[in-house]
Amino acid sequence: MINVEAVYWLIGILFVAWASLIAADTHHPRRWGSSSFWGLLGLCFFYSTWVQAGTAPGWVLGIAVLVLVVLASTGLLGHGKHRTSTGPEREAFAKRFGNKLFIPALTLPLVTVILVLAAPVLSIGGTPLLDPKNTTLVALAIGAVAAVVVALVILKPKNPATPIFESRRILESIGWAALLPQMLTTLGILFTKAGVGTAVGSLASGLLPKGSLIAGVMVYCIGMFLFTVLMGNGFAAFPIMTAAIGWPVLVETFHGDPAIVFAIGMLAGFCGTLCTPMAANFNLVPSALLEMNNKYGVITAQVGTAIPLLAVNIALMYFLAFH
Amino acid sequence: MLVLIGVLLVIVGFAIRLNPLIVVTVAGIVTALLGGMNPAQILDSFGTGFASSRSVTIFVAVLPVVGIIEYFGLQEQAKVLIGRLAKLTAGRVLIGYLAVRQITAAVGLNSIGGHAQTVRPLVFPMAEGAALRRYGHVPDKISEKIKGHSAGADNVGVFFGEDVFVAVGSILLITTFVDTTYHLHLEPLQLALWAIPTAIAAFLIHGFRLLRLDKQLDKEYREYELTAQKETAGEAK
Repeated sequence: MINVEAVYWLIGILFVAWASLIAADTHHPRRWGSSSFWGLLGLCFFYSTWVQAGTAPGWVLGIAVLVLVVLASTGLLGHGKHRTSTGPEREAFAKRFGNKLFIPALTLPLVTVILVLAAPVLSIGGTPLLDPKNTTLVALAIGAVAAVVVALVILKPKNPATPIFESRRILESIGWAALLPQMLTTLGILFTKAGVGTAVGSLASGLLPKGSLIAGVMVYCIGMFLFTVLMGNGFAAFPIMTAAIGWPVLVETFHGDPAIVFAIGMLAGFCGTLCTPMAANFNLVPSALLEMNNKYGVITAQVGTAIPLLAVNIALMYFLAFH
Repeated sequence: MLVLIGVLLVIVGFAIRLNPLIVVTVAGIVTALLGGMNPAQILDSFGTGFASSRSVTIFVAVLPVVGIIEYFGLQEQAKVLIGRLAKLTAGRVLIGYLAVRQITAAVGLNSIGGHAQTVRPLVFPMAEGAALRRYGHVPDKISEKIKGHSAGADNVGVFFGEDVFVAVGSILLITTFVDTTYHLHLEPLQLALWAIPTAIAAFLIHGFRLLRLDKQLDKEYREYELTAQKETAGEAK
């Protein structure tokens, strides 16, 4: 069976490979800081396998993670100068390969979809071929490898390591933002463990007019929105606001249908995700990837959808969940 | 109540634009200390948190193929292609992408698109190509707006599509948390069903805004031309 851990090892190997390229780049302005950061990040992906399995202590990984944060936030991380194709070269390549350039790009989703759909019947001696709990992740990784192979076959670069060189260029333009989503998830866990949800609940109960259903719905949805903005993901906000309002007020007091209350509550949080720089993966990584002048440009484009949609969620919960 | 200081630290840290990694880490440590955790438990939480959240970093596996096809001119070719399409405007390219992204996410295929996978190599060059055909030249300001909306269409599509699919993280998080904490038994399918009304509303609201985007870009381009004309007129004097 191809386990999801194999996918994480593939990512770890990529990080280590990029770190070696940076270490070998004598012109890199932050040669050692950058290569240590990406190299250590790769090693963390390997070591996590045993932490996840419960066979290695988590605090060792915790220390490594803090080292990564220090490396990234003290200016030890930098951009190398990358030799890549020039504009005219790219136009000439585009003329030569034409629409064949789309084939590798389409291979990735195509292989992923086929594998996800075929996963239930793909098995060797009764063992499923792809990790059944993480089928999409495993299929995506296989699709990514297949796409590189297809690209090498079609484009025949002089150096078969071109995909690694070129992806290092993109990785360095993303920089430390690549680590942020995982750090945010960890923050959510720490917040819940420390009892932030209970504290918010006792605060909110003072604010709520007693017996007002619409006020309860609004505090829950707007609370999900605000906590998601603060913490960058609805996943971290959900336990806090549900312990504070969703369960005690909306379900226990007003007898709301829990499935509707919680489903729409989470979606109210997603409206917050559209508005926050804390959701780096969605809002900051793309502005870096697209080389935007304003790194908050993605958020600016999304706020106009998020606010009306939050209002729609409040209305939907109020009219659908309580009978 | 003291644990809320951690939340405050996050707000302040972002407001004064400290490096987000430092803000998140310090806020986590302070909150955990106030919540009564000892340093060993905190380090352990950072470790297990990292290990269990590795799936969010899977986007890097896609960078090699994106890198090589960009090297060989993928973006240039996308622009050439879109240049041949007659009627599609930037806003309509993005509405089309929004629909595809939302529908594929709703059937559980949310990893096939994304900012590294599709937005940078395909969607943005297509939308920008449409603007190039319409105006003959794409000023920075317009290009910037199209970039923002290209990423925005991806986010809106995936956020409000994926929750319609049962085996997605957010749905499973709800059922796991609620079932263990409050001893309920919620079926993931029920939750997914109730995500559909919001999904439809998201498409209508965002689609309407993308239709208006074309008009906004037209207006901005007229303003750009006016200032450009004034500048040349000034030089002529």
